[in-house]
Amino acid sequence: MAKTVAATGNEAVANALRQVNPDVSAAYPITPATDIMQRFTSFVSNGKVKTEMILVESEHSAMSACIGASAAGGRVMTVTSSQGLALMWEMLFIASGLRLPIVMPVVNRALSAPLNIHCDHSDAMGARDSGWIQLWSENGQEAYDNTIQAFLIGEHMDIRLPVMVCMDGFIISHSIERIEYLEDNEVKNFIGEFRQLNPLLDIEHPVSYGPLILPDYYMEFRKAQDEVESKVFRVVLDAAKDFEKISGRKYGLFETYRLDDAEIGLVILNSAAGTSKDVIDEFRNRGIKAGLLKPRLYRPFPYKETGEALKHLKAVCVLDRADAFGGSYGPLFIDISTSLYTYSKKPILINKIYGLGGRDYLPEHAELVLNELTEIAKTEKVKTIKEYIGVRG
Amino acid sequence: MKLKGWGELTPGAVILEAGNAVEFKTGSWRSFRPIWKEENCIQCLFCWLYCPDMAIKVKDGKRAEFDYDYCKGCGTCALECPGKKGQKAIVMVEEAK
Repeated sequence: MAKTVAATGNEAVANALRQVNPDVSAAYPITPATDIMQRFTSFVSNGKVKTEMILVESEHSAMSACIGASAAGGRVMTVTSSQGLALMWEMLFIASGLRLPIVMPVVNRALSAPLNIHCDHSDAMGARDSGWIQLWSENGQEAYDNTIQAFLIGEHMDIRLPVMVCMDGFIISHSIERIEYLEDNEVKNFIGEFRQLNPLLDIEHPVSYGPLILPDYYMEFRKAQDEVESKVFRVVLDAAKDFEKISGRKYGLFETYRLDDAEIGLVILNSAAGTSKDVIDEFRNRGIKAGLLKPRLYRPFPYKETGEALKHLKAVCVLDRADAFGGSYGPLFIDISTSLYTYSKKPILINKIYGLGGRDYLPEHAELVLNELTEIAKTEKVKTIKEYIGVRG
Repeated sequence: MKLKGWGELTPGAVILEAGNAVEFKTGSWRSFRPIWKEENCIQCLFCWLYCPDMAIKVKDGKRAEFDYDYCKGCGTCALECPGKKGQKAIVMVEEAK
């Protein structure tokens, strides 16, 4: 029997991690993710989990300890945000390159400078090509559900890759919502016993991790990793199917909202998708065929499926809560336009940068964008492809 | 040796065979070569103990010749060698000479 509670996103994720009961965790506090580990370490202190908790002096060390523990043969997790993720940077590639299924909730926060503790997606977007699987979550429920599914996905014997579970800092991490928890034994059965692959601690079969691979083999290892990425989609969908059986909640590679017959649409990640859906309903009530696509599996990106879902629209706005500096478009825009590149008939695309450093994304922003899309669909004329919204001139 | 294709590799480049460093010869890295002067050797085996690879051979408990296939020329053996009467039993000479 599921239990319904009022909880913050952080509380829900901490509870998921308690239910998973990993073998090892190493973490360093950083706002707004601190609260997850604060709760989790009290589970450790109170004997609610059997996790070996390693308190380290930096996020670089946290990820390093997680890599060691995972290579040793344990089920491992850590949590971070923003600068913490940035400090882990070089170790992220080692975790994925060594194919270690570490799970890491990332509570999305802006990057310095200027120093800011509030939500945007610059942190996880900066790590999007690090070889980690990324699941993005609209609300506390999705963050809880994705955290549990992340273990099953990353640990799958065909995959063995680390997984980030992203949720919006403060907006979700610190807001209280209605959340359904699974029973402890349901989670335990869902993720199953941790299966080791070439563990360092198997002294009967000694192995070496992290050897020097020179030009004669390096490219083959990279190609093998690229091949694994292509298997992730099926594993994510299978995990979602199994998860639906115990939770009744449906997940896919992405969520579509009133998109099938839509003429204009928004593509937007995480919490802002919720606000956008309300505004889409208002536009629908006025007879305007608006819809939405909210990516869930962002890495690897399901280019083919996303392109198929969007190709029939007349105009689409991709909203990015991060910019990709260098005179280019937002990271999500780049992926969405790539997903539509191969189609000869495709929607006109525009890109809005919103909500940086915790700037509120309000219904009127969605309204503004949908009005612009309506106009573009009618005239087929675009004024500016990329633009910041909710910013003072 | 035929090189393996990407589909035949262990995930994460993990090496499953123990003690395989023997297959990886590093002698060509060397720019200085250690020379053993047997007349100054007191058989302390410090060189064998300190060698970070497996370039010092020991036969019947006695120091034998270098195995240059595994000697990178780091000079640790020459540094640690106590020698005899102030004369080193291992000296480093430039490979180019």
